[in-house]
Amino acid sequence: MLAAATLADADRLRLLAELRAQVDAPASRHAQVLPFGIDALDARLAGGGLAAATLHEISAGSPTLGDDAAATLFVAGIAARFAERPGGMVVWAITRLDLYAPGLEQAGLSPDRLLYVEARDDVMALALAEDALRDGSFAAVIAEVKVADQTATRRLQLAACDGATPMLLLRRWRKTARDPLDQPSTAMTRWRIGCAPSVRLPHPGVGRACWSVELTRQRGGNPFSLLLEACDDTGRLALPAAAPDRAFAAGRAASQAA
Amino acid sequence: MPRGGGWRPGARWAGDGALEKVELAERIAAMPAHQRPPTREMGRRSEAAEHPFKAMRPDEGAPGNVAMRLAVTQAVARPTVLIERTGQREVITSACPHARSLGLVPGMAAAHARALVGDLDVRDAERDADRAWIDRLALHAVRYWTPGASVSGDDGLWLDLTGTAHLFGGEERFCRKLLRFLGRLGFTANVAVAGTMGAAHALARYGGGRIALLAPGREAERLAMLPIAALRLEHAALVAAGRFGLERIGDLYPMPRGPLARRLGMSTVTRLDQVLGRAAEPLVPVVPFEAPEVTRRLLEPIGTPESIAQVIADLIGDLVPLLQQRGLGVRSAVLTAVRVDAEQQRIAIGASRATRDARHLARMFALRMDRIDPGLGIEEMRLVVTRSEPLGATAAATLLPASGHEVDLAPAIDQLAGRAGEAGVFRLACEESDVPERAVRRLAPLGVPQGWPKWQRPARMLRRPEMLTHVVALLPDHAPRRFIWRGKPYQVVAGDGPERIHGEWWRRDSELWAVRDYFRVEVEGGERFWLFRRGDGVEPETGDLSWYVHGLFG
Repeated sequence: MLAAATLADADRLRLLAELRAQVDAPASRHAQVLPFGIDALDARLAGGGLAAATLHEISAGSPTLGDDAAATLFVAGIAARFAERPGGMVVWAITRLDLYAPGLEQAGLSPDRLLYVEARDDVMALALAEDALRDGSFAAVIAEVKVADQTATRRLQLAACDGATPMLLLRRWRKTARDPLDQPSTAMTRWRIGCAPSVRLPHPGVGRACWSVELTRQRGGNPFSLLLEACDDTGRLALPAAAPDRAFAAGRAASQAA
Repeated sequence: MPRGGGWRPGARWAGDGALEKVELAERIAAMPAHQRPPTREMGRRSEAAEHPFKAMRPDEGAPGNVAMRLAVTQAVARPTVLIERTGQREVITSACPHARSLGLVPGMAAAHARALVGDLDVRDAERDADRAWIDRLALHAVRYWTPGASVSGDDGLWLDLTGTAHLFGGEERFCRKLLRFLGRLGFTANVAVAGTMGAAHALARYGGGRIALLAPGREAERLAMLPIAALRLEHAALVAAGRFGLERIGDLYPMPRGPLARRLGMSTVTRLDQVLGRAAEPLVPVVPFEAPEVTRRLLEPIGTPESIAQVIADLIGDLVPLLQQRGLGVRSAVLTAVRVDAEQQRIAIGASRATRDARHLARMFALRMDRIDPGLGIEEMRLVVTRSEPLGATAAATLLPASGHEVDLAPAIDQLAGRAGEAGVFRLACEESDVPERAVRRLAPLGVPQGWPKWQRPARMLRRPEMLTHVVALLPDHAPRRFIWRGKPYQVVAGDGPERIHGEWWRRDSELWAVRDYFRVEVEGGERFWLFRRGDGVEPETGDLSWYVHGLFG
């Protein structure tokens, strides 16, 4: 009797140790990562890139619509790179269609790889995203919501694990101007994207757009922020040009305006 | 009474026993109101009352009623023709009797007909709709009249009456019934009954009567005087026959078969043989489609979700072999649950692609199962496939895994559609329009969308353009220097443009001259806007030079 109990104890201890190891190294479970291809970014990310099969939260840096558009394109670029394999399809759960598909195509998310799902409200959008995640046949799932509590993010995280599908949750600002990222969440990474002045051109015109990319939280790593060039038509980000050139161009910006 | 025709009604001598005026008035006053004579009787008796059936004065030459009927016909119905466009020509395909009487015949150019008849009602022929009607009539015939019915050409039906005519009281009564039935639907028809299909075809189209009954064995005699076109010949054979002076079917009878076949083609000889009953011509009947349906009647009424799910699974299990046997897949299906109080509850599912995967079907029903209210119990469940498509065997996998790893998304899409609704799952595709808000259209989830041209476009669009105030800009082709939007001032740092987009005059009159000049501007702080100005800045009718913000670049 006693022997059996100790055996069970040993079993339990071994199980506990295994679980601890799993919790300690979340990156090791999700071996598959998607690097950005930028050393400055990948080196600071745990695992060397965005882990597939987990939840990532992205939000605009401020409640302005410009930052919102930047966050949208950032998400679209990541999804486009997840869906690079042939037949890869991205689901975008929305509650109100204000996306402009030609603009998304210019971030690499062509219309034949994007499926829109229109929901009545945020709760339904999250449920649809969960359905799509658990199905596991999509390359990535995007949901844009205004409200998502910790239970919802936890459900999404588990569904992403089950379906081995990356989940990109676009947290949009509400009218109350309350930061969507101030609530706790189980996301693997949480990003805040804002517009930054673009690289000046030597002639009149708008240069390649720049974003201030801030990683506010990541599991197994430190937060950081960077200034990056917006994604190109394959969804790839880039480091901006060297600083001296930019400083020179910035001085002449006013004369080149319009 | 004086002789010699001096009689006239109401003459003074005729009023022998007539009452005096005063006495008459008294007697009339004594009567109840409804029995009093009308005023005319009380007035001058000499004036004859108008005969109620007197004919109206006829017009010159024609009896009155015919002329009137013609006038009514003309007032009610304008001559109508149906036209079809072939290349650059518009050709009349059919004409109403009125139009035919005016000399318009099928095959005439529509312009010619319009020139001949001023008040002509010209409509487009709808061949598909006609065909649908004929198909429907054929299916009706199969259900109600005879098992052998098929469509003949664009405008006819063949019914095989063998062994069924007595059910309707003989061939003639059947024909009359048929005409009445079609008359109720608004069709006019000619019916011919003959021993061969070819003879019936010829008589119905060229026989000249509403009903033509031909005794067996008299085809050759009856058809001899019909034109040769009644034989269903090819166009080339008809032209050749015309060249040889062969106009009637009877002209072909005495001709030797060899030279006839050489001159008019073997098919002509075959058609002639078929008409006369010397060669067989089988009828290929239409087969009505029966929707696959399975039913389970339950011994005990059920009410728990588990038991309902079990019955649904059983129904699907019954249905799948049925579909497999017929080579069909489900596009939409309706599940009917009959409760003990005889109320029927229905749930419907739709699949984005034809499927007969039992697991997938069960999952789609499981999403909707909560809409069934079992009440006191369900005693019967029925599953009907309301829309099906042919579904053959598909390859589950290929030997070469590298040759495109295609995932079948249809089950996942169906599941999303089950939650979000049929219209909630879609793709966006290019619509050929330069106006930005019209450049996007929705597409079914499994459609193949086209991309857009590589012009710079924003990521988010405002639902409708919002007006800017206090705009400072150089005209005609510079981006603004500063503007105020939603009460906030913006200082522009750089701008691209203009991209000029003209209005689509074919949609609205107001867009005839409308021009939008789009600019992509970056303001201090890095926000990038997509602005436009109405008008090109030179011509005042192109727009009022007001500025709007339409979208936001990331």
